[in-house]
Amino acid sequence: MSLIDSLTRVRAPKLPRADGLIPWIVPLAIILIWQLACVTGFVPARVLPAPTDVALAGWKLLLSGELIRNIWVSFWRASIGFLIGGGIGFAFGLANGLSQLSAKLTDTTLQMVRNIPHLALIPLVILWFGIDESAKLFLVALGVFFPIYLNTLHGIRTVDPQLIEMGRIYGMTDGELFRRVIFPGALPSIFVGLRFALGIMWLTLIVAETIAASSGLGYMAMQAREFMLIDVVVLSILIYALLGKLADSASRALERLTLSWHPAFQKH
Amino acid sequence: MQEVLRFRPLGAEAVAREDFVEEARQFRRAPDVPSRGLSLTIRGLRKSFGDNEVLRGIDLHIPAGQSVAIVGRSGCGKSTLLRLIAGLEKPTAGSISFGEQARAEDIRVMFQEPRLLPWARVLSNVEVGLGRERSSADAQARAEKALVEVGLGDKRGQWPSVLSGGQKQRVALARALVSQPRVLAFDEPLGALDALTRISMQRLLEQVWRDQGFTAILVTHDVSEAVALADRVLVIENGRIAHDFNVDIARPRERGSAELAALEGAILKNLLEGTEDSSDDL
Repeated sequence: MSLIDSLTRVRAPKLPRADGLIPWIVPLAIILIWQLACVTGFVPARVLPAPTDVALAGWKLLLSGELIRNIWVSFWRASIGFLIGGGIGFAFGLANGLSQLSAKLTDTTLQMVRNIPHLALIPLVILWFGIDESAKLFLVALGVFFPIYLNTLHGIRTVDPQLIEMGRIYGMTDGELFRRVIFPGALPSIFVGLRFALGIMWLTLIVAETIAASSGLGYMAMQAREFMLIDVVVLSILIYALLGKLADSASRALERLTLSWHPAFQKH
Repeated sequence: MQEVLRFRPLGAEAVAREDFVEEARQFRRAPDVPSRGLSLTIRGLRKSFGDNEVLRGIDLHIPAGQSVAIVGRSGCGKSTLLRLIAGLEKPTAGSISFGEQARAEDIRVMFQEPRLLPWARVLSNVEVGLGRERSSADAQARAEKALVEVGLGDKRGQWPSVLSGGQKQRVALARALVSQPRVLAFDEPLGALDALTRISMQRLLEQVWRDQGFTAILVTHDVSEAVALADRVLVIENGRIAHDFNVDIARPRERGSAELAALEGAILKNLLEGTEDSSDDL
């Protein structure tokens, strides 16, 4: 109910045009300086190609369809891995936040596993899955599991007990209590986990694709390195930045939509 | 004619008397209030938390529609008594019974903190108070009516975070009132408000009590608030009812009047005396 309430009332972003452009001043300036440095020969092209050259490489790859195909493959792996790992993490977070028994049973184990850097599993994962799709999905899922799990658990544990008592007094059933009090109370923390997880998602995927893949952005960058196509390598790195920013923006938009009650989201 | 001020120390013997209930009934004041309230009888009520016995045998009858203030020093057990009445805690021994079969919606509590859901708009927060009747067709209309009653009809679409402390407490009051409770328990409801907001909230509380005729139980540490609002003031000391005052002053009561001040002084005097030789006379 409260979420639906907020959906209908969300304010259209009314930022003046100039305000919206301010965050882009620095990236644009960097590209401009970069271009100047390359054109004047201050930076040799074999160290760093000019932005125009990178753009040209991008255009060629776009025309051949290779760029779209690789982005799509990476995007697909990221999303599926994220859904699997995030879903399991969310489920464990809910279970351990709501049930003492479940927390006692699994939390210690999960905390132990959490301290293994998941990328350390790459050799093992290659032995298990080869360079199959499932290897990448497994690593991404494992990477996003922990931030979602920890923050969901933390969010549920820190819901104001006075509000829960209030809900009980007013005769809320367990389901209503979860839907109206516990879940909305945990949501800000869940979003923190979501944004952490998105960062880890790209990191894991790129590393996995660089080491063991036959398609995707990471693979494209590694292939380009083999053939000394430095402009494609730089292009891949820029696309990572762009995709990361896009994922972050999407989660921020979702946050603004569902947390419009929060004082932090009412001023802008 | 009753005396303006009646001071009645309750020993264990006096409580056990058979005509206890009958005598308490005489304490009922304000016959102009049409009572929908439930009467309340407490017998031999004890509550311990571990080794700490907080309530040590409370016997009390509250007639339907009476407004009773419970005062005492902090830690005397007054909030525990209220939580037991509201069913938030289970008694260690003894019983609490209402005059008639009470529905869950008949007994409501208002706390010192408003406890509003920050992610629900004011109107949905009030609707929470309907309990199981939340899904009925007229739920929204009833919630709106309750909001108008506390003077916040124009705030229905706001988030709680933009309201002032007094306004939040009014929303909490509307939420408590919306199910038309027959017993309303207040746990220091104005404790966190500034002096002026307090006074206007006291007027509001008195007005809704007169309009709706519920049985009101007000826990407070503020004796002047107790005498301004209540028909009867109970002083709790060391987990027992030490004094039972009848506030026989006509309503509307004039704040700062000599009558109220005299009564307030007498109660405070008893409170202070009680602390000096607390355990001996009980």
